Amino acid sequence: MSATPLLSVRGLTRDFVQSRGWWRGSTQRVRAVADVSFDINAGETLALVGESGCGKTTTGRTILRLIEPTSGQITFDGDDLLALRGEALRARRRDLQIVFQDPWGSLNPRLTIGETVKEGLLVHRLASGRAADARVEELLREVGLRPEFARRYPHEFSGGQRQRIGIARALAVSPRFVVCDEPVSALDVSVQAQVINLLRDLQQRRGLSYLFIAHDLAVVAHMADRVAVMYLGRIVELAPRRALFAQPRMPYTQALVSAVPVPRPGGARSRILLLGDPPSPVNPPSGCGFHPRCFHPAKDERCRREVPVLEQKAPHHWVACHHAPVDAASPTPSLLP
Amino acid sequence: MTQPLLTVHDLRVTFETETGPARAVDSVSFTLHAGETLALVGESGCGKTLTALSVLQLLPDGGHLAPTSRITLRDQELTELAPGTLRGIRGREVAMIFQEPMAALNPVLRIGDQLAEVVRAHTEASRDEAWQRAVHMLERVGVPDAPLRARQYPHELSGGLCQRAMIAMALLLDPALVIADEPTTALDVTVQAQVLDVLRAQRERTGLALLLITHDLGVVAELASRVIVMYAGQVVEEAPVALLYDSPTHPYTAGLLAAVPTLDVERERLPDIPGTVPAATAWPAGCRFRDRCAHAWERCAIDAPALTQVAPAHRVRCHLVDEPERRRA
Repeated sequence: MSATPLLSVRGLTRDFVQSRGWWRGSTQRVRAVADVSFDINAGETLALVGESGCGKTTTGRTILRLIEPTSGQITFDGDDLLALRGEALRARRRDLQIVFQDPWGSLNPRLTIGETVKEGLLVHRLASGRAADARVEELLREVGLRPEFARRYPHEFSGGQRQRIGIARALAVSPRFVVCDEPVSALDVSVQAQVINLLRDLQQRRGLSYLFIAHDLAVVAHMADRVAVMYLGRIVELAPRRALFAQPRMPYTQALVSAVPVPRPGGARSRILLLGDPPSPVNPPSGCGFHPRCFHPAKDERCRREVPVLEQKAPHHWVACHHAPVDAASPTPSLLP
Repeated sequence: MTQPLLTVHDLRVTFETETGPARAVDSVSFTLHAGETLALVGESGCGKTLTALSVLQLLPDGGHLAPTSRITLRDQELTELAPGTLRGIRGREVAMIFQEPMAALNPVLRIGDQLAEVVRAHTEASRDEAWQRAVHMLERVGVPDAPLRARQYPHELSGGLCQRAMIAMALLLDPALVIADEPTTALDVTVQAQVLDVLRAQRERTGLALLLITHDLGVVAELASRVIVMYAGQVVEEAPVALLYDSPTHPYTAGLLAAVPTLDVERERLPDIPGTVPAATAWPAGCRFRDRCAHAWERCAIDAPALTQVAPAHRVRCHLVDEPERRRA
């Protein structure tokens, strides 16, 4: 992976300001995303996993500048994305698109499917009139829908069909990078498999790069090349898919992997039962954010005091844990993935 | 065999719609014994939630139960009970756990008050006794700092704690039957594991019967003893859980099981089931699954398959049962 990555994120941080009470004017800062760094290569899928509130969705939206970051750098194909303004930003957005989680809320109910898919083509002046209509039909076919659906409205479609419409909308402007924000978590298992296979086929055909945001590790195992695990706004482990599932090194990742239900009676793996709930970023614990729920036998004072840095503990395997095992053969730890 | 706790016979639920009657649940029959967990699985729109709601006579507006349908709890025929008697059974003998705890709890009542209200509605307990029982049950389902949590409102609790409060509310009066509609779907995976543990522990402690409605086949494998697979308002397969996962006979069951993603990272392409569930107003003639089935032949378009016993406790609705040579590899 010596080639320049398509997307490069460094030290990405986003704070939200929250009011503390409704009668006093006091406010407090909530750090939703804290010092997140990763690369995505052309044609690659990086999965971002974690439980609700861990900052994975905010991270995805910040890259598209749907939410502005508080600090950090985002480089796309050599361009500093955060420096872009006005027309230049709009032009760049053609390359970066998003597929949303909720197939019910993310389509305008008053627009026909054709109008929804066509909008991007018109905004970016890629096609108009008959040519745009023909392009829409082609896109609908590409995502497995009948071209005559272009004249119908969203309420006539099932969740899986709506998700295909959302994918067609994202692809209309021929992006190179797509943020898939929980694209299958609202779908039934049979339809979920259809959409996962569709996303994979489109990636191969078009050479797309994905940031695949999900909470379901089993889905991620079928989609991702590499996986980043987030906890309380930070990446706590980042590794190639096989290494992450075969040998998770951060205790939180170990618990997540062990909690995935096995669809076979008597097949349940020995489960690490975490105590308590995922903490809220409003009032994060000191030191390692995971230490109050951590079960590592070597957990100590340092975990309570010092935030562990994301370090390379084995080739391409990054872990933020004071006690994670290090491979003897691993390269010198450096600070950036 | 002992008398079943719950017997559902020929359950039919119809909705009147602009385009004609929708037969959302079509002749569903099953039994459930004490200590057993029966899972109803299938995609959205297959009728599994309506089946469960009919047991409590909680059908949404516009839904009608056919006069021939029978729902028997021990010796009581629930379809013939007066509303007052029925209310006494709900909560006391049959309790329900809903999918979205945040939506099912009252946002302006403290958790402890909501639980105590259940106790006071069904028993002679005093205000204090009812509160004590509420706190005690919260402790039993693993709510930490239960006395404190009981004094909080739902919005102050996380999703996992709210779901445990719901479970505590359902278990308060030691019901014989608990109906759980997607009890873990809205929860994070580490919290889901905790909630499954609570349900399992309660089943072992009190011997309650659980009717579990879910589309998550991982949850079914962990919790259920028997499984009913529903498709388009009908039962298409019923089997003990191990048998169903080892040798699914109906092509829909096999398709559902194959489509579940697992941590097996070497299997890159997921086998999917093409198409979607048809609308309840327009079930196809013949076999309702035929348009999505890889094995379908002419007979499937004309002749509706019957639910056939293929082994003890194993029923299948598919023509492949009499013509197994038609099954494609």
